[in-house]
Amino acid sequence: MPADAAVTDKLPHVSSSVRKYLGGSGGQAPRDRGGAAAARPRGFFANNPSVLIFIACLAVFTLAVTILSEGLGLGIISTSFVKTLGKTLCLCLVAIAMDLVWGYCGILSLGHFAFFGLGGYMIGMWLMYERTRLIVVDSLANAPLPPTPDEVRDGIATQIFGVVGASDFPAVWAFAHSLPIQLALVVIVPGLLALVFGWLAFRSRVTGVYLSILTQAMTLALALYLFQNDSGLRGNNGLSGLQNLPGLEAVPQALISVWFLWGSALALGLGYVLAAWVVSGKLGSVIRGIRDDEARVRFLGYPVEGFKLFIFTLTAVIAGIAGALYYPQAGIINPAEIAPIASIYLAVWVAIGGRGRIYGAVIGAAFVSLLSTWFTGGQAPDLPLGIYTVQWVDWWLVLLGLSFVLVTLFAPKGIGGLFDLVSHQRHPDRHGADLGPDMGSYREQEAQE
Amino acid sequence: MSTLLEVSGVSVSFDGFRAINNLSFSIGPTELRAIIGPNGAGKTTFMDIVTGKTKPDEGRVLWGDENASLLRMSESRIAQAGVGRKFQRPTVFEDQSVFDNLMMALKKPRNPFKVLVFRPTSEDEDRVVALAEEIGLAAHLSRKSGELSHGQKQWLEIGMLLAQEPRLLLVDEPAAGMTLAEREHTTEILKEAAKTRAVVVVEHDMEFVRRLDCKVTVLHEGSVLAEGSLDHVTKNKDVIDVYLGR
Ligand SMILES: Nc1ncnc2c1ncn2[C@@H]1O[C@H](COP(=O)(O)OP(=O)(O)O)[C@@H](O)[C@H]1O
Ligand SMILES: [Mg+2]
Repeated sequence: MPADAAVTDKLPHVSSSVRKYLGGSGGQAPRDRGGAAAARPRGFFANNPSVLIFIACLAVFTLAVTILSEGLGLGIISTSFVKTLGKTLCLCLVAIAMDLVWGYCGILSLGHFAFFGLGGYMIGMWLMYERTRLIVVDSLANAPLPPTPDEVRDGIATQIFGVVGASDFPAVWAFAHSLPIQLALVVIVPGLLALVFGWLAFRSRVTGVYLSILTQAMTLALALYLFQNDSGLRGNNGLSGLQNLPGLEAVPQALISVWFLWGSALALGLGYVLAAWVVSGKLGSVIRGIRDDEARVRFLGYPVEGFKLFIFTLTAVIAGIAGALYYPQAGIINPAEIAPIASIYLAVWVAIGGRGRIYGAVIGAAFVSLLSTWFTGGQAPDLPLGIYTVQWVDWWLVLLGLSFVLVTLFAPKGIGGLFDLVSHQRHPDRHGADLGPDMGSYREQEAQE
Repeated sequence: MSTLLEVSGVSVSFDGFRAINNLSFSIGPTELRAIIGPNGAGKTTFMDIVTGKTKPDEGRVLWGDENASLLRMSESRIAQAGVGRKFQRPTVFEDQSVFDNLMMALKKPRNPFKVLVFRPTSEDEDRVVALAEEIGLAAHLSRKSGELSHGQKQWLEIGMLLAQEPRLLLVDEPAAGMTLAEREHTTEILKEAAKTRAVVVVEHDMEFVRRLDCKVTVLHEGSVLAEGSLDHVTKNKDVIDVYLGR
């Protein structure tokens, strides 16, 4: 027993042996040294090989889709499927955000789709304004007198808000004419909402299930507000025609879809690197500590609320960016998109993919959302059971719910857990004890081999 | 001698039950003190009050030369001010390596943005390794701390406390679940630590307290029953009645 040996020895301070413990090049390496690896003073990528593997996979995927696309390649993959793949990349990005906040920091936020939707609305406002402006200017070009700026503005307003019986620009559209400002708002609006909401919630030490319910309430309130016609964002009509980029009418959608695929892949790659960097250092240690035992982290002197707020806001911003890339590919955004159920799906994806590992979130989001598209798109063949024929359009949700329950019960590490079988990771035996009081804490089962 | 921590007239009730009753206690900057008392005497609650986990109904808790009130500070501020705490049940971050546990505890800026960009220097790593050697875990640095034995976890927690470099160390029942050899080693670490800082040890085990060889405070029903050397308090009639006589 090394421990007992250490008791009786007087423990000579051997400074030459210092490096050995940190897993340098020394011989007698312990079998699993994953934990200390992050602390080894080598490059970020060398310490996080999964980042390079992921980037490589993403690059190969993007290249392959480009080659097979209608816009730039052989035309084997339809434009609408390229869009589906591009959207899936955005969903993977928001899943990374969810994994950071839930899998790493233990905050089971069921409201991150609100931030995703807000990002979409912010970019959608500019897209819709600018395209309508071009149309209005076009239609007034043949008038005997050149139109005044006010006439143009009124024309745009009537076009956009006619459906909700209004013809004036609401205050929230004040900057819709400016692409740079709306791009900034993609980050600012979700970030600010998360900052204020998080500050209020974390400051009063709301945790666990109560916090999850609060986040559901937030996204529900936002959705209900946006459903109103006088919310200024066209009520349940939402914003539409977002796939048409202003000034690029001549460019076919086949090409635009590839551009967006590239943009989404770039954002996902950067998001992955950012997330891996954030969790690789001491901040990663601290937030995982918060997930497992937040009181203990407090007694170490870390202001837990500040860390939660940082992660919550950062992930809201990532979600906003993902949404801003998603909705131009979807073409339309309406308040139903940020209904509470959407955020719950997000948690399901991450749980199925494997929380607490970034690639797990990506795998979960890609796998489940693509499968969902396939099942609900009517492509899945019906399953005749003799007396009853299972039609997947109706039964897919049941299947998803069932898978979620099964994964939670029997494979809490999710699909990502399969990678541990390859890398022979060992996990501690906690003798049945939970690591912490909250929903986000790791459970005994997750710790077992 | 100046005082580092001064608790005076503190009371706290849980649902009408007075767990701490007009308690006064003080300790100097380099002192070792043992607190003994029967189960439910309020020893853990006393630590909760000092570390900010529980707010007392009345009384004062003053800290340091400036006599700052700890009652107005959050848990993390109190910890930053130099109060370190070891819990009764070993609480280490089981999902993380021994190295990461110690690195997290190391005295460094605690603000989220500073932590985000923090990368350990080789001095930081040497310090962690030195600490690990002190607590006998040098060979286990890269293991997940959840794999350690109960006694090793206790030590890891003591190591984390030392890494924090607190001015006051509150240690709740450190010897629980340790073998005799491990207890002896723990006594040495605590006595060594008390040469440069204040250390308060809560303990049940009389042998352990005797080995600490320090001033003893006896707690009973939330207030101080007796104070002095171990021999002195064990001769005290009240103490014999409520605690030792049984
Ligand atoms: N949070 C709490 N709520 C209600 N009662 C408590 C709480 N914390 C402690 N107590 C009660 O206060 C008394 C003192 O407890 P404690 O400080 O844990 O004693 P010990 O000296 O054994 O550490 C006990 O009777 C306990 O039941
Ligand atoms: Mg106790």
